Amino acid sequence: MKERSAGAIVIGGGPSGMAAASSCREGGIGEVLLVEREGALGGILSQCIHPGFGVLELKEDLTGPEFAERLERQVHDLGVQVLLDSYTNRLSYEKGQGISIWCISPRGLEVLKAPCLIYSAGCRERHAFEAGIVGDRPSGVLTAGTAQSLMDLHGLLPGKEIVVVGSGDVGLIMSRRFAIEGAHVKAVVEILPYSGGLTRNIAQCLEDFEIPLLLSHAVLEIRGKGRVESVVISKVDEMQVPISGTEREMKCDTVVIAAGLVPEVGLLERASVRIDPATGGPVVNEFLETSLSGVFACGNVLVVNDLVDHAVEQGRLCAKSVKSFFDGSLQRPTTWKKATPGKDIRYVVPHLFSGERDNIFYTRVRSPRGRCGLLLRELSKEVRLIGAKPSEMIRLNLKKDLLSQVKDDLTFEVHD
Amino acid sequence: MTKRSLTCIICPMGCKIEVELSDGKIFNIEGNACDRGLSYAKEECTSPKRILTTLVRVKDGLLPVTSVKTTRPIPKALILSAQKELSSIVLEAPLNIGNVVMRNILDTGADVIVTRSIKKVQNDSFVHP
Repeated sequence: MKERSAGAIVIGGGPSGMAAASSCREGGIGEVLLVEREGALGGILSQCIHPGFGVLELKEDLTGPEFAERLERQVHDLGVQVLLDSYTNRLSYEKGQGISIWCISPRGLEVLKAPCLIYSAGCRERHAFEAGIVGDRPSGVLTAGTAQSLMDLHGLLPGKEIVVVGSGDVGLIMSRRFAIEGAHVKAVVEILPYSGGLTRNIAQCLEDFEIPLLLSHAVLEIRGKGRVESVVISKVDEMQVPISGTEREMKCDTVVIAAGLVPEVGLLERASVRIDPATGGPVVNEFLETSLSGVFACGNVLVVNDLVDHAVEQGRLCAKSVKSFFDGSLQRPTTWKKATPGKDIRYVVPHLFSGERDNIFYTRVRSPRGRCGLLLRELSKEVRLIGAKPSEMIRLNLKKDLLSQVKDDLTFEVHD
Repeated sequence: MTKRSLTCIICPMGCKIEVELSDGKIFNIEGNACDRGLSYAKEECTSPKRILTTLVRVKDGLLPVTSVKTTRPIPKALILSAQKELSSIVLEAPLNIGNVVMRNILDTGADVIVTRSIKKVQNDSFVHP
């Protein structure tokens, strides 16, 4: 078996992985390997042709492919070694030996070795069965990402009469894309009583094209022989249970599932890395280091981001941590303080902190609310918010002098 | 007098703005948290505009389409006709970001530019799926 050694390995060539790899080079890491499963870098950005990317990172409003190309240029200019068409399937760690990754590609099987790994493998999409949809299995049932790739990379419109399941930003943005390319979006069906997407996306993606949003509704069944012919939808109660008598059939030829993202943590799980059930990603400390020493995580595999800018920020922080890992300044305290989700908070990332430096925390509320306060309980400090929604990640930059006052736990809570 | 309810799309706050109109003239605007919301509501009621992003076919490219955008927002009412206008165009690879596809589309003052670089396909090269 061929072996290849490097200073750092980055798995996943999306925005956070590209940012991490180029920042590692900028930080003076000798050889940096960027391993990507697809035939090109860019990750999900390449197929997101709508604008709204890079507003924080570049102070410019770019489309996905434009932003991806900027990051890709940095990767090449800074001399990152890029391995395309490369699939990783095993991670092992031995003390003193560092990390070994099994990598399968047209070059054959290789073992990649490095003291550090940055894991930025992103997410996969939830499919129809995970969204609780049963029935026939005709063609014309696609995840939003597959539909997006067919349409925006390969120029193929996946259907003419479309029902979209899920009203997160992905579902909303895809509805607009279908409408612009001439398909008829019959409805966006959302099981929750509120949309999982940004308010402005409801306005500019649905209202602009007069696409109905059916809140508290579920697709129960897909019907069709060979090709999708219809779906059965119904109203649901507060417990998301279908209300009998409200079922109706809606004709369509395509069902697009935009039911959320699941972090691709298989490789980490098989290496017994600790996973947070709330995020689906690894548990990390303030260096974005997982429970496996020298393994860092960033981007959507760490926490599903609404803004690519935050994914890039996490990638750059991982690179900074790798640099500290090499120069010996990555000092972990004997006991970590915990950042804990409290009342009406879904999660807080990173999970562990030392209180010895400033720290960015990412958090989300469980349900939508208007003006409210984010309370850091053990510090009796409240941050006022003009509004909070589960779809909008809250980013808090907390200073060292504040964090150092925390004894063991810092609980994040929301109050009106 | 008619009332229009808008959702401001300027920032993630998404203010609910109520506008009172008569004969296309604005009489009152309420609900906006800032001045940007005010100008958004004014423009949205008199001449709403959006950036259009869509696709244009490509000949001899590694991919069969490239993505494009208008260089500035164009009237919302022209979005679908602008898409139609662009759907008949076939560009030739190679293409770079920023290449102009069409100037002053539908007299909006906006140009349409390429947002994805497309390499030219080599005769016998393997096209990645």
